[in-house]
Amino acid sequence: MKVNELSIIVGGQAGDGITQAGVNLGLACLRGGLHVFGANDYQSLIRGGHNFYILRISGEKIFSQTDFVDLLLSLNEETITLHKDELTAGAGIIYDGEEVTLNEEEFEKAEIKLFPIPLMKIVRDLNGPSIARNSVIVGATISLVNYDLELLLNTIKESFEGKEKVATLNMNAAKAGYDYMEVHYKNKFDYKLEKLGATTPKRMMLTGAEAIGLGAIQACCKFYAGYPMTPTTPLLHFMASLQREYNMIVIQVESEIAAINMIVGASFAGARAMTATSGGGFCLMSEGLGMAGMTETPVVIMLGQRPGPSTGLPTYTSQGDLRFAIHAGQGEFPRVIIAPGDVAECFYKTMEAFNLAERYQIPAIIITDKYLLESHESAEFFDTSKVGVDRGLLISGEYLDEVEYKRYKITENGISPRAVPLTKNTIVRANSDEHNEAGYTTENPQLTTQMTDKRYRKLEALTKELESMETIKTFGAEKSDATIIGWGSTKGPILEAMKILEKEGLKANYLQVIYIAPFPAAKVSKILENANKTVIVENNKTAQLAQIIKEKTKFAIEHAILKYDGRPFNPVSLSKQIEEVF
Amino acid sequence: MVTMADLQTPKKNTWCPGCGNFGVLMAFKRAIIELGLEQNQVVLVSGIGCHGKMVDYVNINGFHGIHGRVIPIATGIKLVNPKLTVVGFSGDADCYDEGFEHFSHAIRRNIDMTLIVHDNMVLGLTTGQATATSQKGFKTKSTPFGSIAYPINPIAHALVSHGTFVARGFAGDMIHLQKLMVEALKHRGFAFIDVFQPCVTFNYLNTYDWYKQRVYKLEETSHNITDRWKALEKAFEWGDKIPIGTFYKEERPTFLDEMPHVKEKPLLKRRIEDVEINSIMRKMS
Repeated sequence: MKVNELSIIVGGQAGDGITQAGVNLGLACLRGGLHVFGANDYQSLIRGGHNFYILRISGEKIFSQTDFVDLLLSLNEETITLHKDELTAGAGIIYDGEEVTLNEEEFEKAEIKLFPIPLMKIVRDLNGPSIARNSVIVGATISLVNYDLELLLNTIKESFEGKEKVATLNMNAAKAGYDYMEVHYKNKFDYKLEKLGATTPKRMMLTGAEAIGLGAIQACCKFYAGYPMTPTTPLLHFMASLQREYNMIVIQVESEIAAINMIVGASFAGARAMTATSGGGFCLMSEGLGMAGMTETPVVIMLGQRPGPSTGLPTYTSQGDLRFAIHAGQGEFPRVIIAPGDVAECFYKTMEAFNLAERYQIPAIIITDKYLLESHESAEFFDTSKVGVDRGLLISGEYLDEVEYKRYKITENGISPRAVPLTKNTIVRANSDEHNEAGYTTENPQLTTQMTDKRYRKLEALTKELESMETIKTFGAEKSDATIIGWGSTKGPILEAMKILEKEGLKANYLQVIYIAPFPAAKVSKILENANKTVIVENNKTAQLAQIIKEKTKFAIEHAILKYDGRPFNPVSLSKQIEEVF
Repeated sequence: MVTMADLQTPKKNTWCPGCGNFGVLMAFKRAIIELGLEQNQVVLVSGIGCHGKMVDYVNINGFHGIHGRVIPIATGIKLVNPKLTVVGFSGDADCYDEGFEHFSHAIRRNIDMTLIVHDNMVLGLTTGQATATSQKGFKTKSTPFGSIAYPINPIAHALVSHGTFVARGFAGDMIHLQKLMVEALKHRGFAFIDVFQPCVTFNYLNTYDWYKQRVYKLEETSHNITDRWKALEKAFEWGDKIPIGTFYKEERPTFLDEMPHVKEKPLLKRRIEDVEINSIMRKMS
């Protein structure tokens, strides 16, 4: 009997309500005090194809999915064909026995238990649409693992908020699935889930995109412009749905070019402003990014990576745009690039991004990927007072100095007081051409040098400030046989792989680089100086962070574990690859 | 009250002597004075091209952006602070070539701003290539056989994009242009003026004389500015007679009017600390 350690895949066609099923189940587990992690896998189509959602449930804190599946919830035959090799001995499959015929012998040999249930018939008997099979199958799951049906029924009810009829139908569907299993398969499955006591502090289940949205809202972002592009569209939806409640303007525009230029205008006028896109859209934003740099207008851009080049694999994950983010835009200008690795970092680092963008009047890029943005994680409630809002040298209302206001006043640390238009006693002039202190166009060589130096002094000041901020994190013992280095969403699988390595008696520690630009060279050097074997883990072909480390420090990382098939790392296989390094 | 001297900047003007831009510049300054606007109340957004220097030549708030993006920058500014009078200055290449998509979208959104396009039918600052509004057959260094494509019709485009204020001016008639600008700045919604603005250096065809022989004022005819179809007919009038003046005008809710939470109180009037996300976190728990 295995208690509170379960990996489930819900699979079916696009339009079968796969993610919703996974989320409802996950939330029911979360409310019973369990930890969850859920990742989706879908193709670039609306109907058909193969979609799945992998949900891992545990009594302990977990950081990613696992390589294996203990329970397969299949809404079509293809789900079984595609995932049967991932099933562990003792695993089970819930499927529609009236629609799909399986070779029972084959599965028996592999020690896989089959749990056929007439999903479609149950839905038809309730006069429901076929999509409601997703509720039947999660209800059935609750019975199989001996969990609390009420918790599931509540999450289903809430997921159809405002649609009472649909909610009732789906609750009945879940209950029917549950009842069927109670009658036919009571205590036939070796995996159980047990509720744990109430948690303090409270936990929630959310995606990286939602955490970034919460961070932006808490940071008082008031203007969001975006063009839909996977995997950043969920953030657009999240912000749009909350704009009224939080007094934001959220606007879907005609292109990513419009988005970046619009947020520059919005920020110039005094609002904290943000956009989000993926690689293709970020290509279009490059010129506007440079304009934000040149005009010293703070903006926050969330870049959610997916595999390229070009259209690539639109609905999958990648870390191929790191160097692009660092170098995008013509000319030289300072920027800050932050790579959160989990939902909590998505929240806190987004708040930091807004503060740094405004304090230094530069563009801030939050670099993420599909895996981080769309995966669900259980996390403690965020501490909303931890970061705060610091708008830097912003002036509104009235300018009180006796000296005439100049937007690009040359100062010691390069930061000029930033008045918003309509401030009394000011005329505010922003210029994408090289300019003098007052913002008038210039082609003067001395002034060009002075202004470039002024902008780069801001980078010096920022670099200094970052020394006291959390720009890297380390995990594991200081003295280890191997040091794993990574950035962004590889964090979860790496932490899980470390658990496995530890069980096998191998000592590895992990350096997570969170700030990519300005690069925390001193801190990274210090870790690498004390490291034995070093291995980089990245979801790209060319080990981009390793290249940057080589550029910014004297260290060459010895080994690289690279994955560029559009899929995230799985912890068991990753741990095996790391073992080879020892 | 703002005076002509207040609007003067220290920047030396580098437009060619006789450039149509001078007429646009003077008409705009006079319109600001006529409307009694304060210097810090107006934001001038310009793009890239000879027109882009407008930011250097008018002593009011300004944003000199990149090529083709006047409209989204201006949109962002206006949406955040509706108390500002936002005026975009663009050129025919800066508006109808690069970034042309923004034109229709801003018009259909009815953003409460004014767009004035210095339309000289040629790229001046890059030494004389054809643009979207160059006449068919217009020979330049980049179009040795003459411009092959038909010119874009900005007035018609604005009308079919549900424009609420669509006008055309002529830099050679500064007083008339000033009047149009005053009307445009007073208009609640997206006000668009295409301005015939002769490039005395590179446009050998569409000269002051060429225009003077052809333009006539719609307000001196029986044209009905509330009739979009009639306006569209006028938009296609080209040849010996070319109309200037207001083609069409209509009052319609602006983009912000349709956003209830912002209509009640502009973004900048909200206290920025008033954010409480616990209710969302509770929903996720």
